Amino acid sequence: MDIRPILSTLRRHKTAATLIVLEIALTCAIVCNAVFLISNRIERMAAPTGLAESELLHLQVSGIAKVDNADALTLQDLATLRGLPGVKSAAVVNQLPFGDNSSDTSINLVPDQPTATLQAAFYLTGDGTVETLGLRLLEGRNFLPEEYLAQSDVEHAAEVRLPTALLDRATAARLFPGKSAVGQAIYLFGNAPTRIIGVVERLAPPQPGNPDGDYVVVLPVRPSYRQGSYLLRVDPAQRHAVLRAAAAALEGNDSRRIVSTQQLFEDMRRSYYQQDRWMTAVLAAVCLALLVVTAFGIVGLASFWVQQRTRMIGVRRALGASRRQILGYFQTENFLLTGIGIGIGMVGAYAINQLLMTHYELPRLPWLCLPIGALALWALGQIAVLGPALRAAALPPVVVMRGV
Amino acid sequence: MFRYYLELSLRSLRRSPALTALMVLALGLGIGASMTTLTVFHVLSADPIPGKSERLFYVQLDATERDGAPPGTEPLQQLTRFDAETLLREKRGLRQVMMTGGRVALQSPQADVKAFFASARYTSADFFAMFETPWRYGRGWDANDDATGARVAVISDPMNQKLFGGADSTGKTLRVGDKELRIVGVLAAWRPVPHFYDLIAGRYVDSEAVFVPFSTALALPLPIVGSRSCWGSGNPPDRNAVNAPCAWIQYWVELATPGDATAYRQYLVDHSARQIAAGRFERPSNVRLRNVGDWLAFKQVVPGDVRLQLWLAFGFLLVCLTNTVGLLLAKCLKRAPEIGVRRALGATRRAIFAQFLVEAGAVGVAGGVLGLGLALLGLWGVRQNPASYAQLAQLDAPMLVTTLLLALLASLLAGLLPAWRACQVTPAIQLKSQ
Repeated sequence: MDIRPILSTLRRHKTAATLIVLEIALTCAIVCNAVFLISNRIERMAAPTGLAESELLHLQVSGIAKVDNADALTLQDLATLRGLPGVKSAAVVNQLPFGDNSSDTSINLVPDQPTATLQAAFYLTGDGTVETLGLRLLEGRNFLPEEYLAQSDVEHAAEVRLPTALLDRATAARLFPGKSAVGQAIYLFGNAPTRIIGVVERLAPPQPGNPDGDYVVVLPVRPSYRQGSYLLRVDPAQRHAVLRAAAAALEGNDSRRIVSTQQLFEDMRRSYYQQDRWMTAVLAAVCLALLVVTAFGIVGLASFWVQQRTRMIGVRRALGASRRQILGYFQTENFLLTGIGIGIGMVGAYAINQLLMTHYELPRLPWLCLPIGALALWALGQIAVLGPALRAAALPPVVVMRGV
Repeated sequence: MFRYYLELSLRSLRRSPALTALMVLALGLGIGASMTTLTVFHVLSADPIPGKSERLFYVQLDATERDGAPPGTEPLQQLTRFDAETLLREKRGLRQVMMTGGRVALQSPQADVKAFFASARYTSADFFAMFETPWRYGRGWDANDDATGARVAVISDPMNQKLFGGADSTGKTLRVGDKELRIVGVLAAWRPVPHFYDLIAGRYVDSEAVFVPFSTALALPLPIVGSRSCWGSGNPPDRNAVNAPCAWIQYWVELATPGDATAYRQYLVDHSARQIAAGRFERPSNVRLRNVGDWLAFKQVVPGDVRLQLWLAFGFLLVCLTNTVGLLLAKCLKRAPEIGVRRALGATRRAIFAQFLVEAGAVGVAGGVLGLGLALLGLWGVRQNPASYAQLAQLDAPMLVTTLLLALLASLLAGLLPAWRACQVTPAIQLKSQ
């Protein structure tokens, strides 16, 4: 197919051609970034927490009045919860991924370090918490029952001493790259060293997705029910029934408390990512609308062009051009315009991506967007121009030769 | 002449219904999307206390230990109790307030209703005058009540409805936990958007249900909810103590004029110098005094997603406009013979230009009305989203006017190129080709 006649025709209709190219370029730039944002969000929402999410229940009890024996009451609560039917294990923890609480501390590699090596969320756990969460141990060992301390004891001691801790794999790799973290010492709340006794595969912090990195440390310090909340690992089929029974049992243990939160862990995940799901839906809707608007724009302009060039088409048909050749002419012209539009659009897409990277901390647009975006828009253009082009090809030569 | 142009425009638009429908639809979609996101943005970034936001300032001091961070990095966003009480006592501003958030267990006067939790604010007396809270019954407490730790409270209108059915409850008892407080005032409906005085409690949450004097809340004690940063290698037994190395209190000051900020900032620098001399502060003086607007901008209170949606919608509008330009151009050039006839009959170029602008304007008005309908639909959609600000997404009068003006302006802009091309048509060539 000879391109030169197409180019010379386009040169005579510069304005309309520029408009089509501009529209396709803008659509390409916006849609590429929107699809990238969608994939980014979906990836974020799918990030694992390392917990046995489908089996976990979360309950928080708050006192109406102050109680003096919070620690003893906590142990009593745990015993009651473990006795409920359907409960595999029960534990107390100070914070959870997707929860409302967030506590973190700086981790140092030497005592009295001027600037912290990193900030990590710290999980305070009691006996059985690591098993209840469903964490997978990669190296070393879990805490021994005698290593657990009560949080109130630790807080009232003259100096904070935390002999042991667990890290997750990402934190261990960041603190001790290339070697095993087990046996190493870190410094948390003071100058007494804390020895790493084990590394778990993954544990997300309460607000996962931190651009600086998700770092956590697990400490064998048992919070009371006032400083944390209860976690139950149950048979997934009985979750709702056990939740109700557990809430009733906890309120039964002491009438001066009420259960302020009771939820499935999966519901915590769902509400945490609510905004991301909404954003994904909005992005998808706008993408679709953009493609539809662009397609209709191409249809409109192509119809107009066909009408303007009826005489030219008639002449070509009279000189022996087949219908397929007329069709091919319009398809090629559209292909050319779309190609130029995609070229400009890709540059625009990377420019927009650069802006998003600086203002919203997003990664760079992957190069895969180029061929996929190009193919999609080419397909869109070709389908859009098909209707008018078929109409052009269907014009009998005699009719057009008779006059406009 | 305008009526003639309008007549011509409507006739021509009716002649190609498909093309007209396409233009109006595209413009309507673009306007609808832009106005939905713009309205949400407008609501979320509004000034929460117009008329006073230039005179209210948030105070930050740098009280933490010396570490490797270079001087001048952003100090902590709350004050220690020692600093807050000192500044409050010295009273250098017109009004000042120290406060923190909390959560209290309330028991209803009706015995059969179960106890429940409500958000609370523990604050000093100036809070109500400073943030211009409206009153339904009674009034706030005074500095004397602060000093003595009086057992008083102020409740919000919704809480008053819930506990006392909306009646005048001043003088009645509020059962907080196992303690009792006397209600001295009930606020009228009050919801500053955003919740600027304490963004930690939430950016767009409702205002608190119970207000208690700060000293009382510490004395009872009532549970504190907020953010706390502690430092140092010691282990403070009581993190709420006056000398605890922990920052957990928000401090706002109201000055008589915005110009007084310089003098007040100097006072904060002098206070820091005194603390350094006393050995409490380890870092050099590093104070911040931001008014409401600057504070909200610094905290980037409008969620990133909302801003991203705004840009996305405007990109969509741009594509729709390009679409409209192309289709209007097609329409104009199709009628070149008609333009030729009119020019031959004596119409000036300006007349042709004006006529096609009116046509573009007509499309704009139709697109604007459609866009308004779509924006209302879009805002309904936003209200179904369970975010804390969802219920605030309402179209108000300024936004309504903006919608129609935007549509008209956009369509006129889009119509400039086609109208100019139309008036370039030379009558001779058009008449010859008949």
